[in-house]
Amino acid sequence: MSGAADRVQAPFGTREVPIIGTEEIGPYRVFSCADEDGPQPAAGQFYMLASTEGWGGGSDERPYLPRAISVLAAGDGQLSFVLEAVGPGTERLAALEEGDALRLLGPLGNGFTAPQAGVRAILCGGGIGVAPLAILQQELVAQGHEVTALLGFRDGEHAAGAEFLDAVQVATDDGSAGHAGLVTELLLAELDRDANAVIYSCGPPQMLDAVRAISVASGVPAQLALEAPMACGYGACYGCGACYGCVVKCADGSLRRSCVDGPVLEAGELAAEWLSGGADDGR
Amino acid sequence: MAAELCGIELAHPVINGSGTFDVIAARRVFGSALDDNFPFAAFVSKTITLEPRLGNPPPRLFETAAGMINSIGLPNRGLAGYLEHDLPELATLPVPLITNVMGSNADEVGQLFEALEDRNEISAIELNVSCPNVKTGLDIGSDPAELSQLLAAVRDKTSKPLIVKLTPNTANVALVASAAEASGADAVSLINTLRAFAADPARPGKAWLGGGTGGQSGPAIRSVALAQTAAVSSAISLPIIAMGGIASAANARQFLDAGALIIAVGTESFRDPATAGAIRDELLALS
Repeated sequence: MSGAADRVQAPFGTREVPIIGTEEIGPYRVFSCADEDGPQPAAGQFYMLASTEGWGGGSDERPYLPRAISVLAAGDGQLSFVLEAVGPGTERLAALEEGDALRLLGPLGNGFTAPQAGVRAILCGGGIGVAPLAILQQELVAQGHEVTALLGFRDGEHAAGAEFLDAVQVATDDGSAGHAGLVTELLLAELDRDANAVIYSCGPPQMLDAVRAISVASGVPAQLALEAPMACGYGACYGCGACYGCVVKCADGSLRRSCVDGPVLEAGELAAEWLSGGADDGR
Repeated sequence: MAAELCGIELAHPVINGSGTFDVIAARRVFGSALDDNFPFAAFVSKTITLEPRLGNPPPRLFETAAGMINSIGLPNRGLAGYLEHDLPELATLPVPLITNVMGSNADEVGQLFEALEDRNEISAIELNVSCPNVKTGLDIGSDPAELSQLLAAVRDKTSKPLIVKLTPNTANVALVASAAEASGADAVSLINTLRAFAADPARPGKAWLGGGTGGQSGPAIRSVALAQTAAVSSAISLPIIAMGGIASAANARQFLDAGALIIAVGTESFRDPATAGAIRDELLALS
């Protein structure tokens, strides 16, 4: 039998909730819904989202499966999400307007663990991976932790995503905003300044792998939130994380599902070759 | 709506398709809410093989119109791992347990049957015959003669009810079902996924899925599943567990009307784990 719950558990089954607000921020779409019946999620947890109307019939007659989206903010019976429309599922979700209905399941996954008192939290994210770091920053600051936020984006337009956090150091690939280069360069500079820290990271797989390598080399612990396409979000399909491997390859030889064993895994838990994990290329 | 499947009393006719619901993971995610309103009248385990399997390389899923293609590759802890880790927890479920097994030949299947024989927690065995014969390359379950040969060699190795999970990837599913009936099966279940190819958008002619081809499931295959259910129902008198894109009580009703005793929900549970419970409630309300 399962022991005590190791996470905020979800109500069993999807529920239909109303969209109560939307906003465009740069290339990103933010939407909020009322969720009176759901529990307060932990930072790093995610939801499976679908529209109740028009889910299907888009490009290639998709979407069919719900989409796994990290929670951006939560409180007072409301949830907010941010996404970038990159395919039929996110395009449909981005088209939701106030008054439309959203079907959601969650909160799912395990969430981040706060640092010990007196230890700084360094948030290191990229692209749409800002979402779980935004809710984490809110939580940690409210608890009195020192928090440093570092975010990387491909260009100045996408750097609008820095608005979701406070006091952000920005890096862009093309140098059009903030530091010209990788966010992990900012991370190395921060660790040089003060390594009494825990790193929290979410973003593209290559960035996560760079953070993993920095954590392993420096001995500074890192919690990585792996965002991945999933069919179910609750451990049933064994297909999640199709771009990494469902089933993330871990240092102890085990394979773990990013939906139920993650999405947050310690850097030291991942196998060094977790990104290649059996895939023949970088799909 | 209570049903009796090979002597097993079921409270209603809705179960899960093998490999589409992991109750151990679901208990972590949903807590006691899962057991409080357990959606299935019996629980079918994912496929267990003699040795542990990691499964296929990623990517393992591809979304299609009205469904998905999977190439998961039956990851499991193997027989010993199942008995040690999974069975003790599955035995605490509020419903009977059906254990699904697969072997690549009669010897492997026989060993699996014998190892499960004394485990009273297991009410029935479902045999996955969508496994290629190493010599011929054909799925054992696609050929009536091969299936008969396999069942003849293993049938007496278990006294538990034996359900044969038929593959739809065959010329004539009714002939295969008849072979299963004549060779000692106690029930059949159908359909497994339809063999399918997901084209990689970035690499013309290449497979998207790490395993090469995969299996199509979801509403896209429902009409095929309904035709095969009707064909098998006409050919044999064994109880039929039918599945394939069932997403509503109306869908389920069609399969029951086509001759199924039990229906299974699979891919739809990925979209909403409570779907099977909703179908059960609606069927019960109508009966």
